[in-house]
Amino acid sequence: MADYLVQFGSPEWLAYGSVAIVQCLILLTVMMGAAATFTWMERKVSGRIQDRLGPTRVGGRFGWLQSPADGIKLLCKEDLMPAEADAVLFRLAPYMSFCASFCVFLALPFSNGWVAQQLNVAVFFILAVAGLEVFGVVMAGYASASKWSLYGAMREAAQVVSYEVPLGICVLIPVMVAGSLDLVTIGNMQQGWGWNWMIFHSPFMFITFFIFVTCAVASTNRAPFDLAEAESELVAGFLTEYSGFRWSVFFMAEYGSMVAVSGLGAILFLGGWYGPIPVADLIGLPHSNHPILGWLGELLGACNFLFKAILGVTFMMWLRWTLPRLRIDQVMTVCLKYCVPLAATMFVGVMLWTYAFPAGLLPRKTPIGPNPEAAARMTVETTGGDRT
Amino acid sequence: MRIAKKYQDRYQEMPIERVDPELVEFDVRTDEMLINMGPQHPSTHGVLRLVLRTDGEVVSDVVPHIGYLHRCAEKIGEKVSPRQWLPYTDRMDYLAGMNMNLGWAMTVEKLMDLDVPDRARHLRVMMCELNRIASHLVAAGTYGLDLGSFTPFLYTFREREKILNLFEDVCGARLTYSYITMGGVTADLPPGWLDKCERFLCEFEEVIPELHAVLTSNEIFIRRTAGIGVLSPEMAIDYGCSGPVLRGSGVKWDLRRDGEPRVTRMYEDYEFEIIAEHEGSYPQDRDDYPVVPPQAVLGDCWHRFYIRMVECVQSIRLIRQAMEKYRECDGPLGEPIKVTQKLPKGEAYLETEAPKGQMGFMVVSNGTAIPWRVRARSSCFCNLSVTHELCRGFLLADIPAIIGSLDIVLGEIDR
Repeated sequence: MADYLVQFGSPEWLAYGSVAIVQCLILLTVMMGAAATFTWMERKVSGRIQDRLGPTRVGGRFGWLQSPADGIKLLCKEDLMPAEADAVLFRLAPYMSFCASFCVFLALPFSNGWVAQQLNVAVFFILAVAGLEVFGVVMAGYASASKWSLYGAMREAAQVVSYEVPLGICVLIPVMVAGSLDLVTIGNMQQGWGWNWMIFHSPFMFITFFIFVTCAVASTNRAPFDLAEAESELVAGFLTEYSGFRWSVFFMAEYGSMVAVSGLGAILFLGGWYGPIPVADLIGLPHSNHPILGWLGELLGACNFLFKAILGVTFMMWLRWTLPRLRIDQVMTVCLKYCVPLAATMFVGVMLWTYAFPAGLLPRKTPIGPNPEAAARMTVETTGGDRT
Repeated sequence: MRIAKKYQDRYQEMPIERVDPELVEFDVRTDEMLINMGPQHPSTHGVLRLVLRTDGEVVSDVVPHIGYLHRCAEKIGEKVSPRQWLPYTDRMDYLAGMNMNLGWAMTVEKLMDLDVPDRARHLRVMMCELNRIASHLVAAGTYGLDLGSFTPFLYTFREREKILNLFEDVCGARLTYSYITMGGVTADLPPGWLDKCERFLCEFEEVIPELHAVLTSNEIFIRRTAGIGVLSPEMAIDYGCSGPVLRGSGVKWDLRRDGEPRVTRMYEDYEFEIIAEHEGSYPQDRDDYPVVPPQAVLGDCWHRFYIRMVECVQSIRLIRQAMEKYRECDGPLGEPIKVTQKLPKGEAYLETEAPKGQMGFMVVSNGTAIPWRVRARSSCFCNLSVTHELCRGFLLADIPAIIGSLDIVLGEIDR
C-alpha cells in the first residue's frame, strides 16, 4: 500500500508513516477489542464453571456491555499513587508492559500476508519482544514501595525469565522443521486438510505442543502460574497499588499476551489460518487469481485463525478457574526439571525424525521443510512484492 | 536502637530470636524482612494480623496479633441472664452458631442439673451436625480460595445455601440462630422439613466426590498441602489443639465419644466413626474416600483438610439417624427455661465438640438470675497458638495454606 501512495507522488516518509499509523491503529483496535471481549468472556466462562451466570444485566441478557461499562468506570476512578512510590517508574510501568505486549502483534500474521510487518525473523522478534513485558512488571513492583508488590515482582521476574528457555526450545522445534523463522511461510506450509498441521508431523511434535502450552501459560502469568498477582497471598502482587486506568492498561497487556501466545501456538502447531477442513479451497476461492475472491478466502483464513486464538484463550481461562496455584519453587521446579529436559528431548526426537523421514509420514499438500524457491515463490504470489 | 524503658535491664537476657519487633526497633536490616500481613488481607480468615520475619521467601517467625474483633462478650455475660447471653455465643464462631449455642446451653443445664427430653436431644444432634457440615464446607471452600482454586468455593457455598435455607425454615435465621437453648430447643420442626433435609443430604452426597476431585485428589493441591505445617501429636496436645487439628495429627480424640457423660449421653445411641489415623481407622479400603497420597505426612495440612471432608460424611450419617429417631420419638419437646430463672449457686464448665475443636463454656453463679462470671474457652485460640511452630522454615506462600488448614474464626478467638 505504501508503494501505491508513493506512486501518486507523495513523499516516501509520509506514505510509509501513514501506512504504519494505519496498521498500528488497526492492531490497537484488535487488541483493545480483544481485551474487552475477553474480559466479558472470562466473567461468563468463570461464572459458568462456578455454577453461576456471570454478568446478565448490563446490555441485555448476556451482559455484553459489561466491558465498556467497566472501562468507563475505570477511567473515572481516582488516580492514586502511594506517597513513597517512585513517581516516574510507577507511571511508566503499565505502558512498558502494554507496549511489549502490543509489539508482538506487529509480527503476528492473521492470514496469508495479513501482517503489519512481514519479518523473515518473525519468531525471533516475537520471543524477544514478549520478554520485555517483565520490565513493566518489575518496575511496577519496585516502584509501588510496598513489600508485597516487591514479592510479586520478584516472583514474576524469576518465572517469566526462566520459562523463556523452554518456550524458546518449543518454538524452535517447528521452526527447525519448517526451515524458516517467517511465520507466514510456516503457516503456508500447513495448507490443506487437518493432517497437514505441524502438530501431526511426528509424535514428538505432538508432545512439544503440550509443553508449549504449559510454557505459554507460565509466561503470560495465568493460573496455575499466577503467583505474581496471587490474590490470596499478595492481595494483587505487583498490581496492588494500581487502580483505574493504569490497572486496565496492565490487564490489556495481559489479555493481549494471551491472544498473542495463543495465536503463535496456532500458527506454529495448529495450522494457522488453514483449518482442519480447507473450506476456501473446497468452495473454490483460490488464493491468488481473483482479487476480491482471493481476499475473501484470506478473510476466511483470518476468521479461522481468530477462532483458534479464541479457543486457546478459552482453554487458559478454563485452566485458571479449575486449578489451584503453584508455589514459586514448584513453578521453578516444573520449568527447570521438567519442561527444559522434555523440550530438549523433543528437539532431538524431532531432529531424528526429520532425518529418518524427510518428507514426513503423512501425505502433505505442500512440502514441509526448508525450501527457498518455494518460499520465495509463495511470497511473490501472495504478497505482491518483495517486502521485508 | 530504641528499647522500651521497662525492658532495658532485661534486654541483655532476652534471646535475639524471641525479641518482639514491637518492642525493639532495629535500623534497616538487610538480613531479615519484617512483613505485616495486616488485619485486612484476603487470606487470613478474619481480622488477624500476622507479623512475619522472613529471609526472602523463607519464613523464620510468625507472630499473630489478635484482638481486632474483641467485643467484650464475657463482660456482657455478667450483665444479662443466660438466655439473653445466648445470642452472644452465636456470634463467636459465627459459622457454627448451633454448636456454640449447644455448648452454652449445656453448660447452664449442667449448672442447673437439667436434662432435655429425647425429642429435643435428637433435634439438637440434627442441627449440630448440619452446622458441622456447613462449617466444614466454608473451611474447604475458603481453603481452596487461599490456594488459588476459585471454583470449589462456589460449589461449597452452593451446598451451604441449602443448609442455611433449612435453618431459616426452622428458626428464622440464616447465621445467628439462638435456636438451641437451655431446656431444649425453641421450636419444633415445621412440616415438610425432614423431606427437604433428606433431599439436601442426597444432593450433598453427590457433590462430595466433585469436591474431592477438585481439591483433595488434585495434584497441585496435594503439592501445596502435603508435608506442609506438620504438627506432631505431642505438640498438638501440649498446645491444647483440638478438633480436626488434633485428629489430623493422629490423636483419636473426639468429645462426642470421649467427653464427659453429659456430652456423650447426647450421642450414645448413634453410630458414627471418629476419623483419625489410629489403628487403621482411616477408611482406606472404601471406594468413596480418596486415597491418602504418598507425599502426605500425618499431621500436615492435607490430613487436616482430609479429616474435615471425611467428617462431613459421618455427619450425614448422624443426621439420617437423628431424623429417623426424631420420627419415631413422640415424647414432649421440652420447654426452654425462663429468662428470669434463678441459677443455683456454684460453677460449671463444659466442653463440647464444635466443628473447629473443643469449645468450652464456664458459668459461675451466685444464686441470682445473672451469672457472676462467664467464660468462653475458644478452640481456635489454642489452634492458632501453634502457628509459629508450624510456619517455621516454610515459604511465604505456605502461610495461607497453614492458617487455612487450622480453620480459625476470629470471632471465636477474640470473642
